[in-house]
This record gives sequence, structure tokens and C-alpha cells, in this order.
Amino acid sequence: MSTVYHDTQIENAKVALDAVGVTYGSKTAVSGVSLRIPDRSVTAFIGPSGCGKSTVLRTINRMNDTIDIARVSGSVKIDGEEINSKSVDPVVLRARVGMVFQKPNPFPKSIYDNIAYGPRIHGLASGKSELDAIVETSLKKAGLWNEVADRLDQPGTSLSGGQQQRLVIARAIAVSPEVILMDEPCSALDPIATAKIEELIDELRENYCIIIVTHSMAQAARVSQMTAFFHLGDLVEYGPTEAIFTNPRDQRTQDYITGRFG
Amino acid sequence: MISADRQSAVQKRLLKRYRDEARFRAFGIAAIVFALAMLALLIGSIGSQAISAFSVNELTLQVTLDAERVDPDGDRSPESLRRGSYNGLLQDALRAQFPDVTDRAQLRDLFGLYTPLVAARLLNQVADHPQSVGQTIDFTFPISDHADLYLKGQITGSDSASLSGGFTIARQDGRAMIVSETGAFATVLDAVRADLDLRADALEARAARYETRSEAAGDAARSEQVAGDAETARVQAAALRAQTGDDSGDLELTPQLPSRLVRIAGGFMAIDTISADGRTVSGTFLVSPEADASDEAEILSLSVPQADRRFSDAQIAWTETLVARGLVREGFNTWLFTNADSREPELAGVLGAMIGTVLTIAVTMALAMPIGVFTAIYLEEFAPKNRLTDLIEVNINNLAAVPSIVFGLLGLAVFINTFGLPRSAPLVGGMVLALMTLPTIIISARAALKAVPPSIREAALGVGASKTQTVFHHVLPLAAPGILTGSIIGMAQAMGETAPLLMIGMVAFIADVPSLSLDGLTEPATVMPVQIFLWSDGAERAFEARTAAAIIVLLGLMISFNALAVFLRRRFETRW
Repeated sequence: MSTVYHDTQIENAKVALDAVGVTYGSKTAVSGVSLRIPDRSVTAFIGPSGCGKSTVLRTINRMNDTIDIARVSGSVKIDGEEINSKSVDPVVLRARVGMVFQKPNPFPKSIYDNIAYGPRIHGLASGKSELDAIVETSLKKAGLWNEVADRLDQPGTSLSGGQQQRLVIARAIAVSPEVILMDEPCSALDPIATAKIEELIDELRENYCIIIVTHSMAQAARVSQMTAFFHLGDLVEYGPTEAIFTNPRDQRTQDYITGRFG
Repeated sequence: MISADRQSAVQKRLLKRYRDEARFRAFGIAAIVFALAMLALLIGSIGSQAISAFSVNELTLQVTLDAERVDPDGDRSPESLRRGSYNGLLQDALRAQFPDVTDRAQLRDLFGLYTPLVAARLLNQVADHPQSVGQTIDFTFPISDHADLYLKGQITGSDSASLSGGFTIARQDGRAMIVSETGAFATVLDAVRADLDLRADALEARAARYETRSEAAGDAARSEQVAGDAETARVQAAALRAQTGDDSGDLELTPQLPSRLVRIAGGFMAIDTISADGRTVSGTFLVSPEADASDEAEILSLSVPQADRRFSDAQIAWTETLVARGLVREGFNTWLFTNADSREPELAGVLGAMIGTVLTIAVTMALAMPIGVFTAIYLEEFAPKNRLTDLIEVNINNLAAVPSIVFGLLGLAVFINTFGLPRSAPLVGGMVLALMTLPTIIISARAALKAVPPSIREAALGVGASKTQTVFHHVLPLAAPGILTGSIIGMAQAMGETAPLLMIGMVAFIADVPSLSLDGLTEPATVMPVQIFLWSDGAERAFEARTAAAIIVLLGLMISFNALAVFLRRRFETRW
């Protein structure tokens, strides 16, 4: 029983989901999710654990393909192009749609190689100096340059948790994506590191379409412009963050944001 | 507030927990101590046996390379030199040391001090230096295994005692006598009497055993037969007792009694009779003395009677004389590491088997590692999860438990009979061992791949790496140490394997060292464990020590192999 309150004002959505459903074997994780996500803004997915918000996020870069038993139905379009069609290579798609995970997962390589890996495999740089430039700009955009500029050859895993997460964001930026997906990027970090990441997200908004899954409603309120509330595999309510938090139209949304469950 | 009752119950429970923990620790420590003790016992017993194989007694003789006998054609060509009679030269060199040995049987014993196979070494030496023909050279070669064992004290216990007081040597009717005016041989007489008594005691004990058995036997015929044996033993014992009890008659030393040799004036006499007054011993000179009188003499008592050993009194006398002349030297047994197998223990070495092992393991590694690792990668990372792959997985796990000899049968039926590959070859051995180790490698490689955190895969996929790039750039490097460890365990297993190789004929006696090359793969060869198996079955006693030495070498090979694995692992290990 999904009653979705849509904000239909959004024109020229960057990402458009229509009747998206995901099943794992015989279990339905999410069904009938339709969303229009605007470019150059932060959209937050909130909801209690197991509500399917991460699953929906993973349909946008086809990460569900890597799970054998997962089946995706419905349509996901980026810039009007259907990404689930056979002609789209998920590898190329993932270069356009970067992803940051819950736990910082830098490669067990040097900081430099962590950033350079994406550009290298996609052939984005034609020489060492160009690659150096990409690494530098990516780290600068992720606000990490000042901290690591003099130790690029040290392993990425030697950084602190917050630095690692920014390194991972820099790694995602390095392949010049259009959309960045973040799956609870701050859940493993302390409040100071979290504040830094949130600041970074706010800056990145100017250039990218960012979709963030979060358990913290305060974080959603702080960083996002649009918020979608999921519950038990359904999209319950979607609209501007301010409207969702101050004037929810659905009782479940109301209960969740006031902390009555979840 | 917790009641006092409850509190004491809690206290009791806590104490029990500590007791359980202490007991568990004690068991653990006991298990480790037991395991270490067993290991020490194993290494100690093998090592103590092996130690005598690592040294060897070498004899150096002056050999005159008589041109006519060495070079029948007289042109110094290799063909001509090859037809020379080198064993004859060695025989002459040995005879020159003991010129008075002329009897045929005695000569055969004398030439038993070395194996004629060393003549081939002399030939090679001469062929390498044709200019030495006509000269007299010092030729060093290993003394026979029996002489070597005798010198290491493994054939008989020997005990020497000095006598003094002046001795004269007299000859009468082809027999020799040594006379001591002071009766110095009385001590020998007592010792021989003690020997006789011991022997009589043993015979009487045996007679008593036979008698009880005879009484217990239900069958009349059998009872009678055993009673007869008992009677015989009693009579023999009585005869010995009569000898010891008789203070006036001469004592005779039969070959069934511990031998006694007299070393006097550079010669050796085997005693066969001692006069009752302890003044005269008579017997035969095995090595002629240089003088007819001497102030001193030495008695050499050999605890094992001549009849019970394969190294005669004469051979002992010659060996002792060669040692006294400074011609025998104990040195490190390089033959063990430079020769292949041989029927003669003193020439047998492990080099052939070591090279066979290297070739075989090279084939195994070249086949099993890539196939195993790529199979594991495919099954773990790419294969769809369905019934077919489940079936394959179950079967791989089952294959790991198949007895290794079954793989040997498979190799015999398929590789040799169907494909017609050569028998006894490292190529086939390596293929069979590769089949045997594949399951081990696949299972351990899959476990190592599974242990790579999924976050690394997600990270790589997240920046747009393809499945193959993810696996080869990120997953495989992280799994490599684990894969390497598993593969090395598989290789070590293969290295110690004997059973499957017996089936494909690698158990043959191979006296040539295989060439360490591609050609060597199809030449007959054997491997270390099979060599150990062959030697453990060797007829000559000297193979016992060589078996233990070969085990030590194999253990050394394995330890160095494992050390290499640990080194590689440390080198390539990346932490995350």
C-alpha cells in the first residue's frame, strides 16, 4: 500500500526511476519505485533498516548485477537513456555513476594508485603528467590534498577512517562521473570526520548529482535538497527536504522523522 | 543486593570456570610437549642413524699405470684407453701391500676390500689425463662398505689390550707360534674360558627350554624330536665345560667363538690354540710380521665370532694394517651427493634422485599451479552458481580424498598405455602428481579468494573496473599469499609421494644421473622418496645409514622449499 507523494515540479531530471522493483530470489526487496532526481543537488534516501533504500541506490549503477539472484524490473534512465538495456555496458555506466560505500574501502595500494586506478583502466590520461594532474585535482576536490600531498606513495589504508572515506570519494571523482552514489558514507566515522564529509558533499553538489543513503535524519536535513522516505520496500514520500521534515504528508513519514519507530 | 546464598553460588561457578580454563591450558601444553618430544625422537633417531653415512673411509693406493695394460693399442686414444685393464692394476696395487697373500680364496677376500666399480673411475681419470700413462699415481677411492662399517665399529665390537714381556715367533709345520716366556697370554686364556662358559650357559639354557617344550608337546613324534635337540645342546655344553674345566690341555678357538688376533711386529696372527700355561699361542699369520721377535704385542678381541659376520678376520687384519700404514682416511662422504644409485653402498648417492625430484616437481608445478589457480578463479569468481557447479565442487572435494595410488593407476592406464608416454619418466611422474595435487590447490586457492573482503571487489567495480579487471588487479594479488601457501603444501605433498610413482615405473634401479634439461624429462629417473624406499629394502647393511641420510636430505629439501614459500609470502603480502 504505497501512497507516494511526488513533487512533480522536477523537469529535466538527471536520474529517473520508473516502477523499479528488485527481487532477491523469491523475496521482493523493493517494488514500484518511481523517482525524478535533479542534477547538481543532493538527494537523500532515508528510512528504517531493511526498507530497500540501498537496494534502490544500487540499481542506479547496476551494482545489483553482481549479485546472482538479484532481478531488477522497471526502468532507470540517466539523461533519458535507459541503463538497463542490453546495449549499455555496466562497466562504462559505473564510470559515469561513481559510488562510495559504507565502510571506507581504499585499495591496499598507495594513495596515488588508489586515485589513478580508475583513470588508468578507462584510459582517461594520456601521460604521466596528465595522470598526476587528475590525482591532484581529485584530491583537491575531495579536500584531502593538503593532508596527503607529501605522502602519495604511502598505502591508502594507512590513513584515518575519515581520510580514507575522502580518499574513496576522490577516487570516485577521478573518473569524472556525473552521478555519485553514497551508501551511508559516514556511518563508520566519528562526528568530526562526518562534519568534514558533509562539508565536502555540500561543495560537490555544485558539479555533481549526488544521491546519499543515510540513517541519520539530521544528516539528511543538513546536506540534502530532496529527500525520499522508504518503508518496507516502498517509496512512501518524496519531495524537497524542507517539506518532508516540516510538513510530511504521510503518517509513516511523520512517525519516522519524529522518532516513533526506526 | 545479592543474597549471600546467591553470591556463594556465583563464586563457585567462577572458580569452576577458572579450573576448566586451567585444565584446558594444561592439556594444550601437554599435547605440545608430547608432539615436540615425538619430533625430537624422530629427528634424533634418523639423525643418529644417518650420521655414519655422511662420512666415508677412503683408501689411497699407489697405482702404476703400466702402459701395456692401460693402453693396449699404444696410441693413447680414448678407445684404446677404454680397453685397458684397470681393475687388474688396482688388484696389483693391493697385492703389493700384502705380497704374501697368494691363495685364491684369500685373494678373493683381499679384493673384497674395494668394489671393482671404482675401476671405472680410474679409467675416467686416465682418459682425462692420457699423459699420466706409464707413471705411478696416488688413486683414492672409497673402501668397501663392510670395511667402512668395520672401521665405524658397526660390524663387531673390538677391544685391544697391550701385552709386554718379550715375544718370539716360531714356525713349525706351516703353523706359527708366538711364545711368551712370562706367560703373558694367561689373560687371553681367562677371557676365552669366560667366553666358553658364556656359550655353555647359553646352550644349557636352550636345552632347558627344549626340555620343557618337549614335555608340553602333545604329539609324541614332535616331543621326541625336541627332546633330541635338547640332548644335542646338553652334549655340546658339556664338551665346552670339559674344555674350560681342563687346566692342562690346550684351548681351541673355533670360528663360533669371538676371534682374537695378535698384532706383533707389524703382522697379524689369528689365534686358534692357546696353551694351558698361557705361554704359547698358535695360529696363522694373516699379515706377515717384519721381525721374529718383539718386546710388545697387542691382543685384538672381536666380540662377534667370525662365523657370524661377513667380514673375515683376515679382512679385519688387512684393514687394520692399511690404517696403520696411513693409507685409510675418514672424510666427508661426497659420493653421497655426486653419484646416482649404485648396487654398492659406498658408491651410492642421492644426486640422481634429487635431480629426478627437481624435474618431476617442475612438471607438477608447471601443470598444477596454473590449472589449479585458474580453475579456482573461474569457479569462485565467474561460474554461475547452479547444480552443475555444485556437482563439480563436490567432486573436487572428493578427489582430494582419493588415495594417491589410484592416481598412479590412472597415470599408468592413460598416460602410458593410451598416450604411449615413456615409463619411469619425470614427465609422467609430474603429470600424475599434478593430478593428485590439483584438488589441494583448487580448494586452498578458492578459500584464499573467498577470504578477500567483498568491499575490495565493490570498490573496484564501483570505479568501473570490469569483472576480469577486478579479479586480476585487486582480488588475485590479495589472495596470492594464501594461494601460494596452498600450492606449496600441495607441492610438498607431491614431493614426498611414493605410491603413485611406483605404478608408473619410477621405482626402477637407475645408476645414471638424469640430465637437468628438457631431455631429462623423458629419461628414466627416480625421486627421493622412492630412492629411500629402495634403499630401505637394500640387502647391504650400509644402506641402513644411507636410507636415514637420504631421509635427512629429503627433509632438508622440503624445509628449504617451505622456507622459500614463507619468504615469497612475506615478500608479496599486502595488508588491508
